[in-house]
This record gives sequence, structure tokens and C-alpha cells, in this order.
Amino acid sequence: MPTLVSHPDEVKVVSRRFGQGAADIDKYVELDGYKAVQEAIAKGPEWIINEMKASGLRGRGGAGFPTGMKWSFVPKQSEKPKYVLVNGDESEPGTCKDHVLFLHDPHSVIEGTMIAGLAIGSKLGFIYLRGEYRYLLKIVEKAVADAYAKGFLGKNIFGTGVDFDVITQTGAGAYEVGEESALMESLEGKRGVPRIKPPFPAVVGLYGGPTVINNAETIANAPHILLMGGEAYAKLGSERNGGTRLFGISGHVERPGVYELPMGYSLRKAIYDVAGGIKDGKKLKAIVPGGSSCPVMLPEEIDVGLDFDQMGKAGTMLGSGGIVVLDETVSIVEFALRTIAFYQHESCGWCIPCREGTDWIKKTLTRVYNGGGNKKDVDNVQYLAENMLGRTFCPLGDAAAMPTIAFVKKFRKEFEDYIAGNKAGTPIITVEQLVGAH
Amino acid sequence: MPDVKFTVDGKQLTAPAGTFLIEACKTNGIEVPAFCYYPGISLKAACRMCVVRIEKMPKLQTACTTPVSEGMVVQTETPEIAQARKATLQLLLGNHPLDCPVCDAGGECELQDMTFKYGAAESFYAEPKHHREEQKWSPVVYYDRPRCILCYRCISMCGEGMDVFALGIQARGSSSVIAPNVPAQMSPDDLAHVDCEQCGMCIDACPVGALTSGTYRYKTRPWEMNHVSTVCTHCGDGCKTTLGVRSTSDGSEIVRGDNRDKSGINNDFLCNKGRYAFDFANNETRITQPLVRQPNGELKPVSWETAFDHVGKKLRELRDTRGGKSIGVIGSNRTTNEEAYLLQKFARTVLGTNNIDHHRTADYVSFAQSLAGNTDRTASLRDTLTASAILLVGGDPTIQAPGTAWNIRTNVRNHRGRLYVANSAEIKLRRQAKSFLHLAPFGYSALASYFAGDAAAGSEAVGDTDALTTFREAIKAEENLLILIGSELRGKDLKKLIDFGLTLPGAKFALISDYANSRGAADMGLLPDLLPGYTPLAGNTTFAEYNTPAAPGLDMIEIFEAAERGDLSALYVVGSNPVSRYGIDPASLKDTFVVVQDMFLTETAVLADVILPAANLYEKSGSVTNSYGDLQLVSKAGDRAGVRTDFEMIVRIADKMGANMRELIPFGKGTRADMGQSRGVHSGEADRHAVWLAANNMEPKLSPFDPFAILDEIQRLVPGYNLLRLQLLSGNDQHLQPAASSNGLVQIGSRRDLVLPANDTLFTSGTLGRYSTMLSDLQHNESLRPPTGLTQIQPAAD
Amino acid sequence: MSEIANTIFSPELAARFDKLVTIYPLRRSALVPMLLYAQDEVGYVSDAVIAEIAERIGLLELDVRNVLSYYSMLRTKPAGKYNVQVCTNISCMLRGGYEILDHCKHKLGIGHKETTSDGVFSLEEVECIGACCWAPAIQINYDFHDDLTPEKVDVLFQMYRDGQGKDVK
Repeated sequence: MPTLVSHPDEVKVVSRRFGQGAADIDKYVELDGYKAVQEAIAKGPEWIINEMKASGLRGRGGAGFPTGMKWSFVPKQSEKPKYVLVNGDESEPGTCKDHVLFLHDPHSVIEGTMIAGLAIGSKLGFIYLRGEYRYLLKIVEKAVADAYAKGFLGKNIFGTGVDFDVITQTGAGAYEVGEESALMESLEGKRGVPRIKPPFPAVVGLYGGPTVINNAETIANAPHILLMGGEAYAKLGSERNGGTRLFGISGHVERPGVYELPMGYSLRKAIYDVAGGIKDGKKLKAIVPGGSSCPVMLPEEIDVGLDFDQMGKAGTMLGSGGIVVLDETVSIVEFALRTIAFYQHESCGWCIPCREGTDWIKKTLTRVYNGGGNKKDVDNVQYLAENMLGRTFCPLGDAAAMPTIAFVKKFRKEFEDYIAGNKAGTPIITVEQLVGAH
Repeated sequence: MPDVKFTVDGKQLTAPAGTFLIEACKTNGIEVPAFCYYPGISLKAACRMCVVRIEKMPKLQTACTTPVSEGMVVQTETPEIAQARKATLQLLLGNHPLDCPVCDAGGECELQDMTFKYGAAESFYAEPKHHREEQKWSPVVYYDRPRCILCYRCISMCGEGMDVFALGIQARGSSSVIAPNVPAQMSPDDLAHVDCEQCGMCIDACPVGALTSGTYRYKTRPWEMNHVSTVCTHCGDGCKTTLGVRSTSDGSEIVRGDNRDKSGINNDFLCNKGRYAFDFANNETRITQPLVRQPNGELKPVSWETAFDHVGKKLRELRDTRGGKSIGVIGSNRTTNEEAYLLQKFARTVLGTNNIDHHRTADYVSFAQSLAGNTDRTASLRDTLTASAILLVGGDPTIQAPGTAWNIRTNVRNHRGRLYVANSAEIKLRRQAKSFLHLAPFGYSALASYFAGDAAAGSEAVGDTDALTTFREAIKAEENLLILIGSELRGKDLKKLIDFGLTLPGAKFALISDYANSRGAADMGLLPDLLPGYTPLAGNTTFAEYNTPAAPGLDMIEIFEAAERGDLSALYVVGSNPVSRYGIDPASLKDTFVVVQDMFLTETAVLADVILPAANLYEKSGSVTNSYGDLQLVSKAGDRAGVRTDFEMIVRIADKMGANMRELIPFGKGTRADMGQSRGVHSGEADRHAVWLAANNMEPKLSPFDPFAILDEIQRLVPGYNLLRLQLLSGNDQHLQPAASSNGLVQIGSRRDLVLPANDTLFTSGTLGRYSTMLSDLQHNESLRPPTGLTQIQPAAD
Repeated sequence: MSEIANTIFSPELAARFDKLVTIYPLRRSALVPMLLYAQDEVGYVSDAVIAEIAERIGLLELDVRNVLSYYSMLRTKPAGKYNVQVCTNISCMLRGGYEILDHCKHKLGIGHKETTSDGVFSLEEVECIGACCWAPAIQINYDFHDDLTPEKVDVLFQMYRDGQGKDVK
């Protein structure tokens, strides 16, 4: 069971009920649960969307798209039913925030789903959890059943005449399904291959109907925003980056865990104060700041605020909020290999650059790692990654290319030294393990 | 859709709104390369080769998924784009085996061409390549995963195009693989297989050598072949097939059939027979020497001269002693129009008999007569692709006329055509139908009567008469309906259906028959009671120069009945196997002098007194007319020492009989004599043919063996065959409408129903098909099908 | 009473599947969950499972195979009663994930995607399972076990051998 952590700098909004037994519906109601949705029913879609826009909430899945704006894109009139889709396919390496959210506050996700449904005029929401999260699915399923039992879901919810249903869904092991259109394919019982865009989901989404798809944390923020007011929420964060965010700090830190910090909070403080600094007093070598797809940062680059814009300016991304900290013992060659191996394994294979690029880079880095590298390999890896970037069918190709480019560029000398036989760090993976890996 | 204006590579272009950029570019002569894009099937955007730069867009965009929009400014070839394409190719070539020297696609490979164009030749791939063993999915389809670039065209071709869905994509990432529908563990031989129609469209669509054909693989290199486009001999659709021909010691061998340039009437489509079933031509049991039966009953090879002498002498003698009426002639469904025409002319003018018929697979006589007096009421095969609504009564095009079925499916899928199907069987095309009327067994006659206004007949046609009413009303509401009719409808029934259809504005008709020139055989008058163009025997002026017997001759059945009675002195069979087809007792022909022109010792040929080895449709030139009345050019592809065309043999026999060759075949100058008697408009004696040729800017053909000499006469005399030479010679199809004249109609009801559908399956083709090794292999393959119907789509509940 | 005669599933699962196909706007949406739940019961996605699910949803078996081969949790070969899935992705790797994997291999005497001869355990190296902050972590069937050491793994294996595993389904 994940241990809960806390730190004085935390600003608890979406995590405020964590550890209080809010998976129980009565406890959730006691802690102001299902109030926001009733207010939303009373005040109507326009109000909801305005509050959401005012909150400055941006997608917590990683892309950071303004949520209120996304909701407003859904056409008011539609021949086909509209849907709300909650993306709980959390699979980005380094990311486990939704894990905690489903565990401790499943009703906030349900309530958020209902609010999104009210905002866009949908009567059916889906909450999709990755297949590995079976025990969390049980928790969410129970929460949904309890909400039905209380009359919070189903026909005539809260006696208001409004109908809203929620269906829970499980995946079965596929990182790619975290991509919104791939998730829709999966939910429609197909291979999790993304769709051609446009049309975008807001116009043609699930079952061909207009669909709002949001990350679970994004959706769980909605009730809090409506309760505290969009502006108040916005003020918690930084410029154009409203509110707070769940950051999962993992790797070589003293106190790894999921912390809720205001948007714009210092990365340095997050590592050294909140997470207690580098484990065992070692030196910091690098940071992968927002899940494995984000370009690696050097120790000298960490004086930056954790929000979408500042991280972008710093040449990396805020991503999924999964901050992975690497100490001096890490071999970047090995770390880069492990990262590309993941993307190679998870590439859906639909398009050429991603399918072949991840495979090629993985093979080359494997050879390099095993001591068979030559000087040109570093250039080749960079060339391949740069030629994948922006050319693939979906963002997975970029997610594989971006960190690879950053590793090679920022640690070029380490790669070259490694090839020359001067290996930095302490390699962990044995040759035998590489051969046995999937 | 209104047109939008946009700029590509500095050129101002327009295209209808909604057109995808890649198509708009192609239309304007700008090639944007792509592997996964294929017109008419679903978009993939997977290969990333068609990337272009569009102003105001941050990234390169795929031209295949971007609709043109007003004011769009596009660059299709810049250094940035070239680099993107080069990199994509380099990435592809990483795992791709560079076995081009032995790959079937070598020289015809889109990947090779692109690599050449974008200079992705420099290889810095130093890793092990993924390897998988090649798989034999069926006798005709092989899959080589390492060569596969995963463009998914094959999957779409099979699913969307063929409605078979035998191919899928399995696993993911670089392990992704195209998978057939019978997995290894469910197959008796523990190998994966396809349970499908074996059309080969997957191979056709494959841009590389991943899917290869069992009949062609590793046989030759593309550049060692000559490619001859001609018309498939097998069904009535008349698809263009391009035959790859290679020289051998005794002629030239056909080594490949495919739809090379997709320029034919069949567009993208070719079925398994058109693609693979050319191999009968290479069958080892082919007869290559004339055979004459000796007094001891044995067949002995003789010289051509001896054979022709013997036939000519015998036929002349029998004609002169027992009369033309004692001679029967049976023509073919697979010879050219010129041969069919020449044969009936030979029968009528040289043998002096109307005892001529052919194996009829649809009632074209009733069809033509029902449409007499109407123009523009017949449909081309091409119309099946574009018609806004199609009514299919009877028939099963999926099996009988795969090209028609392809067009219908494509029409429904891409042009939103509405298909109405009335059939007593649950034919596969019902899956595309807006409405399917399940008729009672033999319910076609009742249906025709019901359509013609006999309300009471409805309950005989179907159980649910409400459904019938709804069906009829839906049809009646359609404008420009294409009524496609199966061979089940004949005689009066056919007339009733057509009469009903004629009341619908804009309705057009077509009647489906079974072989390459079934329609042409009827059009050319291989009929005992009608001259070419369904011209009545009696009182006609068109064929006055023939001087034919006025009384109708014996039909197919009557010819054999006459033989049974001993009244048939001679039987001349050209490219037909009536003994097998009509179950004739061999003993009935014992007193008849039988001459057979064929490729093989068929059930009919073995009874013959003289067997003349014939060339097949792939070894001759001329024209054929498909089920719809679309005329196309047949070109000589293969060649085999020791055989002759039916045309030549007819001419030689006529010559040996002492016929006036210039009357039979209008060749040379002044073919019909009395050149000097041209006296202006009053001249009935002038050489009408020469005058006509001159009027049509044509010259007399120099040789009596030139089929075009007869084509000249066909064009001059046969109603409806007013063809355009340039169209024909350019290899284009043209729709002809040889409707009967409304004068002197033979009463439909009084004619005997002699239609005998071929009942071929996807893997048979009459007698000829028995000599195709590939078709035999496919039949055997079919018999190995697992008991589970893997291709049967269960009706979904929603 | 199942909608399918001669179902290969338990009455409970058959009833669940009967309902599952009805709750979505399209039946096919039930495919991925059904495959997973069928695997939970049968142990793997067998040809019989594929045939029945295809029939229940109204799909070609090929379609079902296309989909199932996409998802890494679905398997077409039996696994052990307890499938030990060791995460070695970055966060776990940094905190000993490979050490845990090696330990499991030695302790169980099997490699990646192999099963112990008694059929109790199978082992799999998996990608990120979403337990990064509590690394290193493994899943045994659907149960998460985190903050592991080789010693803790030994205790866990003994628990499962003794039939004391939670075994969520």
C-alpha cells in the first residue's frame, strides 16, 4: 500500500481528503463531497465552464491544455450523444499520482466526471483505469455503486431531474492507450492505436460523439474549483498555471512520494526540501522532471518553477508531474537505454518513424551498453531521434525522441567516454538481463 | 462540393472542398509519395512519406489526411521534406532485408523507387535485423514479414475492399505482424493460413515484396517479361489482366497475371482467376498437333495440311450429299467476337446451315428483345461503381462476377450507393444491401410477375409480402436505378422485370453471364434463330448479302437430338465442351463426322474424328464483349508452337471447302467483285464494304487471317456495334447497345429456355478451369478448410 | 442462465459477461475487459476463450486475436498461479528493481515469462506499474507490493505459497 507523505509546503486541494477514508461515500459527503455537482446542476453549464476557465486549470496528464477551453470546444448541439472520458491509464514512467487519487478519493473523480458532463451536456461518463490498477478499479467500482445507491448517479440525480451514468473500464496493459484517441479505440474494444486528427475528440470522439477526455487528476480538480471558485483556485498557482498539482517525486531522494504543490513551486525546493534531498547524501546528477518522456535536466538547471511555461522555457516539460531524481551513481548510457527500451516496448507500431526508430535506437544503445559501441553511434542515435521528432503519427514518437536527444546532447561526453571504455556511473543491468528483457 | 483555391509548389490549383491534398496534387500532376495511402480505402497516415509543408502549420503535415482549404499554401519538395522522407526510408531499411536481388518486387518496388529518389542508400544500420520465417498462407499467397513495411493496405483491401476480413494486424511495435485468420494452432498442418476468396488483392496492393504470389514468386525478374494487357477469359466481367510473358523454346510462356497499371474497366480489381488462372495455357496435356481418327479408331497426329484437307473435303462432301441442314455448329463463350461472327457466317454461308448455337449462360435474346426500341437503357460495368442505386435480382456476383461485386461494394462504401438485393440465397452481397429480400426458392418468376403488377404473385415470391411491398416501393422511389439481373431470370420473367424497370425513369439494365465472351457469342449470332445483333432471319435486309437459309436452324439440344436420330452428318465444335456440359451420350455421335477445335482432349474432343489444336484467348487478337455490352480489345500474349487460332482454322477449312474467301472475309481490294458497277446512289451492286471502309477512313485488310477484316464487317453490319476504333485500339472499353430491332421479333414465350448457368465457383472455370493447376490447388486448399467458419461474420446485436 | 449455450466460463463469469455486453453504447466495448476477466478465470486467453468472446460480441475471431495481441497483460499461454511482475522501469531501476528481478529469478529458478515446474509462480519483467514513489515494486497477479528488498520478497513468496496472498480479482 502506498505510503502517504506530507510536507508543510504542500497546498492540499485535490489531495485534501487523502488519508481520511473518503473512499467511503458517507465520509466523502461529510467532507463536502457531491456539493459542487449539485451547485453545478443549479447554476448550469455556462457557469461551470466560466469557473473552469477562470481557474486556469491545465491538463494534468501532461499536455497542459486549458481544461475550461477544452470543455467549451464541445458543440452545444450534437446528433450523437456526448461523452465524458476520464483518462486513468496512468502509465508514464515516474508517474503514480492518479494511483493515490483513485485510492484515497475516488468520489472526487466521479463528481468531476459529472461536472464535466453537465458542462458539455453529456449523460454518460467513462472512467478508464489501466489494467494493472485492478485493486483501484475495485475501489472506483464500489464508489460508483455507492453513488448509484445514494441516487447521486443514474436517473434523476439528487432529485433534480438530471440523468447521469458512469461506466468504469479497465485496460489490459498498453502505455499507448494513455493517448486520448488510442484510449477511445481501446474503450471501443479495439487495438490501442491512435486516430487520425483532426477531427479532434471534442467534435468526433468516443463512438463518434463529441467527447471531453481529461486526466483523472484534472477531473478531480473540478469539484474543488467549483467549491472554492475559479479565481481562488487560480491564485494558488503561478501565471497562466492555475492551482496546485500532484507531483510524484521518485528515484534517489530521501522521501519519495506524491506531494501536492502549487504550480510554479521551485524544482530545487521540491527535490531538496519537500523530498528531503538526495538519498544517502549523494550528489545530484540529473533530473527527469515530468515522466520519462521529458528531456533530462542538469543540476544547474533546477532553479526553475514547476509550471508548464517555465519548464518549457527551460527546454524541458512539466509533463505528468513525475519527477525522477538521479544521483551521481547513475550511468546515463544505461538510463537512456532503459528509457528507450520502454518506448520500444510500448510503441504501437502503427507508423514507421516510431516503430523503427525506437527499435533501432534501443538496439544501438544496447550494443553500446554492452561495450560494442563506436564513435559514430552517438551521432547516429541523435540523428535517428531528431528525425523521429515531430514526424510520428502520435506523440509517443516525440516522447521517445525528446529524452533521447537530451541525454545524448547533455551527456555526450559520458557516451563518448563510455564507448572509449571509460564508464561513468555504476551500471545496474547485466548483459544477461538485457538479453532476457522483453 | 464547391471548389477551393490553393497553392502547391507555387502553382495555383483548385479542387473540390474536402479533397485530400494528396489526391488534389495527383490530379494536377504533382506526385506526393506514400506507402500506406491507397485511393478508395481508409486513411492510415502511418508511413509518414507524404509529409508536406503547409504555411502556418508548425509541423510537417501528411498530405493524405489534410483536406485542401481556401488559400492554403503548400510545399511538397523542399530540403526539409526530402530529409524527412529520406530519414523515414532509412528507418524502414533498418529492419528491411536487402534481398532485392531475389525479391519478387525487385524492379517493381515502391520502396526501391523511393530509396532511389530520396538517396537513402547510405546505410548506417549496424544492428541485427528482426527475422521471421516466410509463411505460406495459401497456394497463392505467401507472406514475408521481414520485407513487410506495415502499410496496412492489404488489410484494408481484404476487409473494406473484399469484405472478407481475412487479414489482421497482431502484436505491436516492431513485433507487429500481418496475421491471417487461421492461426497456426488451429490449422491441421500447424501453419497459419488465410481462409478467404484468394483474390490476391493483398498482393496487388503490397508496395513491396512482402506478399508474393504462389504462381509467380521466384520465377523471373520483372524486366525479363513483356507485359501484354488483355481481357481475362474467365467470367463475364471482362476485366483487364496484364500478362507477363517470357520466351521459351516453343513459344512464349505466360508467367504472371496481374492488374499492372489499373487502367482497365476493372480499375483496382482483379480476382484470383484473372490473376492466376492463366496457367491452363502452360498445361502439359495441351494438344499441339492436329489429330485425325484412323479407321482403327485411334487418333493419329497429322500435318496441318492433311487435317485441313480432310476436314474440308469431308464437310464439303457431307454438305453436298446430305445438305447443310444435316450439319451442326457449336461455338464458344471464350472466342473473340471476330471468331464468333466468322463461325456463324461460315455456318450460314459456307455450310449453308442455321444449325448453330453456343452454351448460353444468360438469356441475352430475351434481354435484347425486351429492350428493343429503347436507347441508353443498358448499363456498363463501370456504372456499377457509380450508380446511385442498384437492384440486384438473382445472381451471385461475388462468385460469378467478382469484378461486379467489387464495384458494388466500392460503390456502397465510397459513393454511398444504395443496394437492393432480391435473391433466393443469402448471397454475400446482402451485407452491403440497404434492403435484402429473401425470395422463396424459384421465386424469381413470381417476383417478376409481382413487379409487373400481379399482386397475387407476391406471396409466391416471399413469405413476408409487407417486406415485398416496402422493397418495391423503395425501388420505385429510386431515380437512375441500375437493375442487375442474374441468369435465373429468362424469357417472359426477364421481360416482365425489364418492362417494370422501363417504367422507372433513368433505369438501366444489365444481365450477368458467365464467360469472357458469352455476351459476344449471342451478339455475334451464334444462335439458330437470329443473325448477329439479334437480327431476325426472315425479312432482314442487313445481312442480305449473306444469302442465308431463311428457316431457323436447330438449337443446341436439337442438334444432339438430330445426331441421336442419325440425322446429323457433321458436327463442328469450336472451343466448347457440350458433351460434358449437356451430358450427351457419346454413342449418339457415332454416325456423325465430328470436328473439334480445342486446347485439350475434353469429353467432346475425344469423340472427334478430327481434333485441331487451338490457341486460347490469351494467344490471339480480336475483341470481346462482356456481360454488360462493353467491348474490349484482346491482345496476343502467349504463344505455343503447334496451335492455331480458331479464326485461322475456320478460314483454312472454308478455303479447303472451296468457299469464296473474299465473300467470307472482306480482305484485299474489291473484295466483293463488280467494282466497276458503282453507279451512284442507285447502285446496289457496288462493293458496299469497300465504300464503307473508305467512308470510315479505313483501308481494306490485306490478309484473310486478319481478324480485323471481320471486325470491319461486324462494325458495318451488326446493329449496335458502331464502335470507335481509336477507343478499341487504345485498349479502352466502350459500351455498345446491340438491342434487337423492334421488327419481326421472335416471340419470347415461344422460344425454348436453353440457358444453362455455368455454376462456377471462385475456383472453377468450366472445362478450361480443370486444366489450371492453380485452380485445382485452390479447390484442394478449400477442401482443407477448418470446420469453423472463420470468415462468417456473426450478426452483431447492435 | 448464460446467453451462450455450453459456455466455458463459470456461471458467475458468464452472467457477468451477459450483462457486460449490454452496458455500453456498443457491445464491442466489452472486449478488453472480457479478455482480461476471462484470463483471470481460465489462466490465459485460450482458443476457446477467443471463440466464445467472439461469439458473445459478434466479432470475427481474427478481430479478437488482433486486439488481444496488442495488450501486454493478455497472454495466450498459461502462467503460474501467481504471476510475479517485477517493474524495472526507471524509478524502480534506480531503487533496486533489477536486484529484485534477479532475486526473483534465483529464488524461483525461472526467467522472464517462465513458470515454476509446480505451476505456482511465473515471472515477468514488466514496464512501469505506477508505483514509482514506493519503488521498487512488484505486482503478484493484481496485488501491489512496494518498497521491496530481497528479504521482503522471500517473505512474500512464502505467504503466497502458504495461500495467504490477497489475490485481488
